[in-house]
Amino acid sequence: MINILSLTFNYQNNIPLFSGFDLTISRGETWAILGPSGCGKTTLLYLLAGLRQPTSGQITIEGETLTRPRPHSGLILQDYGLLPWSTVYENVELGIRVRDFYGPDGKHTPDNYLPKDNIDHWLSRLGLSEVADKFPSQISGGQRQRTAIARTLALEPDLLLMDEPFSSLDAITREDLQNLTLSLCAEQNLTLVIVTHAIEEAAALGKKILLLDQTPNQNARVFDNPNASQKNHRGSQAYHDLCDLLWKEMQIPSPQPSPRGIGGAQ
Amino acid sequence: MKRRDVLLAALGLAIVWQVVAMIVHRPILPAPWEVFVVFLQELGNGLLIHFGVSLWRVTAGMAFSVLVAAPAGLAIGGSKTMNRFLSPIIYLLYPIPKVVFVPVVLLFLGIGDTAKITLIFLILFFQIIVLVRDQAVGIPPQLIQSLQSLGAGRRALFRFVYLPASLPAILTALRQSIGTAVAVLYISELFATKYGLGYYIYYQGSTLFNYPAMYAGVAAMSLLGLGMYFGVDWLERKWCKWKFVS
Repeated sequence: MINILSLTFNYQNNIPLFSGFDLTISRGETWAILGPSGCGKTTLLYLLAGLRQPTSGQITIEGETLTRPRPHSGLILQDYGLLPWSTVYENVELGIRVRDFYGPDGKHTPDNYLPKDNIDHWLSRLGLSEVADKFPSQISGGQRQRTAIARTLALEPDLLLMDEPFSSLDAITREDLQNLTLSLCAEQNLTLVIVTHAIEEAAALGKKILLLDQTPNQNARVFDNPNASQKNHRGSQAYHDLCDLLWKEMQIPSPQPSPRGIGGAQ
Repeated sequence: MKRRDVLLAALGLAIVWQVVAMIVHRPILPAPWEVFVVFLQELGNGLLIHFGVSLWRVTAGMAFSVLVAAPAGLAIGGSKTMNRFLSPIIYLLYPIPKVVFVPVVLLFLGIGDTAKITLIFLILFFQIIVLVRDQAVGIPPQLIQSLQSLGAGRRALFRFVYLPASLPAILTALRQSIGTAVAVLYISELFATKYGLGYYIYYQGSTLFNYPAMYAGVAAMSLLGLGMYFGVDWLERKWCKWKFVS
């Protein structure tokens, strides 16, 4: 689904974050991008979202080179990106209003777009019906993130990109939303790419974990984690072993990173 | 602010006025009740027309300034290039007290309503453009990016983000400027006109020496400013409900 070919990216006058970087993500996979601050994980997500353009190399999604945000990709950010002046209902409806604003132009809105009336469904699915008339300032952090998820899913994306979406939430809400995200991805056959700096979150969510630690990132260090979406995964030995391994890898970055993994190195 | 508190404050001011009037005890400061009676009489005697003319001038000036300055502020705030080129010009012109332009504007635009509306426009224009620009610049980039990821291009960003985000700034600018706008209106109505509260106050006080009527004009002008202030408050409660929720 996603092909990153020989990606090089640097911000103006800075050393590159990526240099000749390759990665392939298949449809329906759940990926976690893990790494410390400044390693380029959010930049990679923004590149996948079409909000930044590679300095050289290319990113293709479903065979099309990415040059701008793609109508079938959904992006969810840490601070939710909700309009403070709109109610929960209006925020969930926002993507559809933007599409109705442009009509099916193939650029902002898919060519085959038909106006939808699925807001109530998503409000109900995400448990937001009770707060539909409230403003973002009146609801909890978890409900805000649910609103952002509902807004994205209302557009029926095939790719969900999330930038540290649960980092400002308390532990119980965080785990609840992580599980919800996994079940929604399975339900909608979504490809998920989630950026996180938390090892436990990466190990809980990503069937594949991409570790970025040293700039410029040249080789993709990918760890397989096939049991990620299974029940009681968080209590399993495999989960703890993976957390330990990732912890060690992040503590002592290898000067010449080589691909490694558990359950089948890539 | 509760309505009851406002009424109590008005009553308190009337009592102070009454006490001062009793102490001064001269025709140049009539008692509030006397002014109130004259005010009611004068309403049917031309004061209402003067009020209407002033209201039209200040409303037209406000509407014109919002229509020009709000899009300009959004455009400057939304574009780094425009901000870099135009902000220094605004920076230089903003602090100039616009009231000094009264004779200049009268000379250029003559004695009609255009000159008076233009003066009010000049005052509000800079307030609105600065506040709206700052509001647009201050919109968190994450908000813009999440809208872009939903497919929003420039036009949709203006429609769904910049415009609603600037609404409180526009209303704040109007609220802050109403006092100055009414003051400049008064000055501009002293020149070459026979209508408007400025003319009415000056004519009653300086030509007819009818002090109660002069104060009735002052009260009408105060009510004009107060009414506009309350009007902006009402609009804010109606259009910016999210600011008043807890």
